[in-house]
Amino acid sequence: MSALGKVVRAGVGRRRVQSLVMVLTTMMAVTASVMATALVVASQAPFDHTFAKQHGAQLAAAFDSGRASREQVAATAHAHGVTAASGPFLLLSLAVRPQPPEGMPAPPVDPVLSLAGRAQAAGPVDDLTVVSGHWPTGPGQIVVTDGWGPPDVLGSTLHLPGVQGDPALTVVGTARSATSTADAWVTPAQAAALTRPGSTPSYQMLYRFGTAGSTAAMTANRAAVSAAAPAGSLQGSQSYLVVRAAAVRQTATFVPFVVALGVLGLVMSVLIIGIVVSGAVSAGTRRIGILKSVGFTPLQVARAYVGQALIPASVGTVLGIVLGNLAAVPLLAQAEGAYQSGTLAVAGWIDVAVPAAVLALVVASALVPALRAGRLRTVEALAIGRTPQVGRGRWAARLAGRLPLPRAFSMGLAGPFARPARSAMIAAAIVFGAVGVTFAYGLGASLNGVQRGLNLDMPGQVGVDPFPSQAGAPGGKPAAPSRLADPAAVARVIAEQPGTKGYFSSVFTDVHFLGVSDAVTAVAYRGDSSWGAYQMVSGRWFTRPGEAVVGHRFLQATGTHVGDWTTLDGDGRSTRVRIVGEALTTGDGGMRVLTDAGTLERAGISVRTATFSIELKPGTDRDRYVAALNKALDPVGASARASQGQISATVVAIDAITAFLTLMLVLVAGLGVLNTVVLDTRERVHDLGVLKALGMAPRQTVGMVITSVAGIGALAGLVGVPLGIALHDVIVPRMGDAAGTRIPPVDMAVYHAPQLVPLAFGGLLIAVLGALLPATWAARTRTATALRTE
Amino acid sequence: MTAPIIDIRDVSKRYDDGPPALAGLTLSVEKGEALAVLGPSGSGKSTLLNMIAGLDRPTEGSVTVAGARVDRMSETASARFRRERIGMVFQFFNLLDDLTVLDNVLIPAQLSGVGRAEARDRAAELLDNLDIARHARAYPGRLSGGERQRVAVARALMNRPALLLADEPTGALDSASGAEVRELLAELNADGQTILLVTHDLALAGSCATRTIELVDGRIARDEHAVAR
Repeated sequence: MSALGKVVRAGVGRRRVQSLVMVLTTMMAVTASVMATALVVASQAPFDHTFAKQHGAQLAAAFDSGRASREQVAATAHAHGVTAASGPFLLLSLAVRPQPPEGMPAPPVDPVLSLAGRAQAAGPVDDLTVVSGHWPTGPGQIVVTDGWGPPDVLGSTLHLPGVQGDPALTVVGTARSATSTADAWVTPAQAAALTRPGSTPSYQMLYRFGTAGSTAAMTANRAAVSAAAPAGSLQGSQSYLVVRAAAVRQTATFVPFVVALGVLGLVMSVLIIGIVVSGAVSAGTRRIGILKSVGFTPLQVARAYVGQALIPASVGTVLGIVLGNLAAVPLLAQAEGAYQSGTLAVAGWIDVAVPAAVLALVVASALVPALRAGRLRTVEALAIGRTPQVGRGRWAARLAGRLPLPRAFSMGLAGPFARPARSAMIAAAIVFGAVGVTFAYGLGASLNGVQRGLNLDMPGQVGVDPFPSQAGAPGGKPAAPSRLADPAAVARVIAEQPGTKGYFSSVFTDVHFLGVSDAVTAVAYRGDSSWGAYQMVSGRWFTRPGEAVVGHRFLQATGTHVGDWTTLDGDGRSTRVRIVGEALTTGDGGMRVLTDAGTLERAGISVRTATFSIELKPGTDRDRYVAALNKALDPVGASARASQGQISATVVAIDAITAFLTLMLVLVAGLGVLNTVVLDTRERVHDLGVLKALGMAPRQTVGMVITSVAGIGALAGLVGVPLGIALHDVIVPRMGDAAGTRIPPVDMAVYHAPQLVPLAFGGLLIAVLGALLPATWAARTRTATALRTE
Repeated sequence: MTAPIIDIRDVSKRYDDGPPALAGLTLSVEKGEALAVLGPSGSGKSTLLNMIAGLDRPTEGSVTVAGARVDRMSETASARFRRERIGMVFQFFNLLDDLTVLDNVLIPAQLSGVGRAEARDRAAELLDNLDIARHARAYPGRLSGGERQRVAVARALMNRPALLLADEPTGALDSASGAEVRELLAELNADGQTILLVTHDLALAGSCATRTIELVDGRIARDEHAVAR
């Protein structure tokens, strides 16, 4: 082995702790970078990526099998402009009855599925992704679209009550279509067998076209397909542009915070690698002097130190790539669900680009100090040795010495000023960590607040439906309610029930407002609903008929503001309604109006039935109340149930992604601190030996080493917290905007003293945890050994 | 008769498979003595000093200093013991270059939690006695070797130790500075300070030691009391 090779090998082997820290740091940095880049890339137009990958259907068309034969429908694949087609597939619309979980009643209404008969998932158009299980291979098997039904839908049984003989199908898999061309799939033979005698099912055809970028182009394409089929046989069609618009809105909710956390992760990775590698080279200045004294040229010195940095960094990079790809699987699975896209994976180029960038960074970080040390005069390099240049930070040492603190602490506090550049970099890393933690806390708190606000769709501890309970239906087969309970009778029973504190009724119905082309969902309340009011973005809750609270999109669509008047068109009559507030609601895309039932009645819209929301008196046992109320409601044909808040899958996904990325940020920052303290301790080991010889106890040594980064950590925490809050204040409203709502002030103001104090200590905590291990090593170093160390 | 300040009994110290650094050494030092430990390199001088200071532990035997078994102490207890009962002076001074002379001298008192005013008074007294008061605000790098060693001695005496240990205190000094330090140590001993110094410097041993021992291969080969100094 050449002299250079021996020097490199010895440098890596002899400094095991430093090499290990470099392996760990590059591993964490690469892991974080792979995950962050994969997530950021996946967040860029995930629909378009999935659509392109699956050769998604630009047009999904349904043909009447009574008017066009299978061959005629198949021939539309040659229509003008069509470049690829799949089908025809038999398309059925069937009500299914899922097997309810043990002890739970069946849902009151059987959901209807669009079911396509397809021999295989793959195809030239709409190449489906099988998410779990397998594609149907024979009769009695069905694959449902991913996300349909309960989480344990795989292996469950679906009854088809509308088909003769009430057949049952076993769910053997879940699949995802970029444009949701069907809710479920069976084999073609199974689809034929499920066709009701005498009915005329549809044939589904899926197309891709040469030109499909605009609504006009898609209109022309649809016309070409229609012209190629027998007249009147095209029953309906769906353009991918409609699906795309909805998907883009869903993704837009995620992009702001994913990009923010991803960029934080990448910047921190760059910083930490810079700190670790340049620090490791600088710590070897004296060794460089020795190498030069025995005849190494400056270039050989630089090569040796770059090599020394590259070996552990390469090991860390390889481990980081493996770990990053593994850790990205659950993270991207969350994103898949949130984006409702096909399978997301770490793009191949990320596995090449990230290690290349990291190793280039390692080379650059090592080269600069190695060349600088290589150019130092040999005696100078030998003299500089391990200790920082004498004179740096003396003023800090003087000042710290005057503080009323134990001497070990004041000496530790002055430590960072001896290496100002390194201290600044580590401070920056902790600042990023503190920003990440602060932002993550705020994001979580705001989203939970928003979730609580959205749950006010169903306020109160108890709800009453205007129909009898379905739980005890004979034969376990629920039937649709034949008649709805009289609201006035239900209200009387609730009012008389002991434990009732307040109640009101509400009902959802479509109404029209002047100037709005589509129907708007109105929630009509009767009774005092103020205790169950939605979270207000601005203005106030309505107090009388003729006043309304609306969602953000309604204001945007109508160009109105809180305080303006709008006109409700009713049954031959219209009435003026004053907008008194803007509420937090994402229901109906924010096109929701909340008002007194009297407002609708003024427009001639009668509200005959309703659901009741009940607030209980403090100390009332909810289960007993529900049981008693059900007994009392039985004669009037209504039923009570305990209300349960819903948890949004989007919020769960955001919480999970945030927690994961924040943990990575904190780990990387902690490793940066650990490495810095290891270097400092090594550099100052002789001084430590002196202090221990003078009587510094192990606990005092630990205190001094921890204090040397604690000051930086505390300061970085104080800087990071306001930055994290600022990031929160920028990102969260954008996420709300993407979801079609503004965020109520109450959900934005999530940072209060009880939270800010521990958050401000976050930087200190990262610093202390990162320094604890090397501080313990320093305390355990034998004094005699330390004194012998040059 | 008072108990000896250093009582070492049958102490051996082995490192790995090599020959023992100390081989069954027994030594007793009385209060007020100035003991010079002589011997060639590798004879066990520094090992002996480390044992007495509680920086290292014997493989066998017992080390009692100022009535305390330092060979049985934990790291914390031995640090406290050093802080309160022992002062150390090194060949290469071992001053902290980023602290002023005054701050260096103050460290032992500050580690012991001595009050600020009391510590500063004591430091001023020492700096004055050792004729380096004018350098109190200077950094060690600006001082001559002799002045630095005076600072180291002042630091060692800060907590009024029962025992002053000096490891080659003149080893890194020119002849003039060496003479200064020799004189200083002799004066200290004359004032009652017990001193144990490890040295190659026969002039130092001759001028300030009341007793001289010579170590060879970890054993005492010679033990002589000076007739008069």
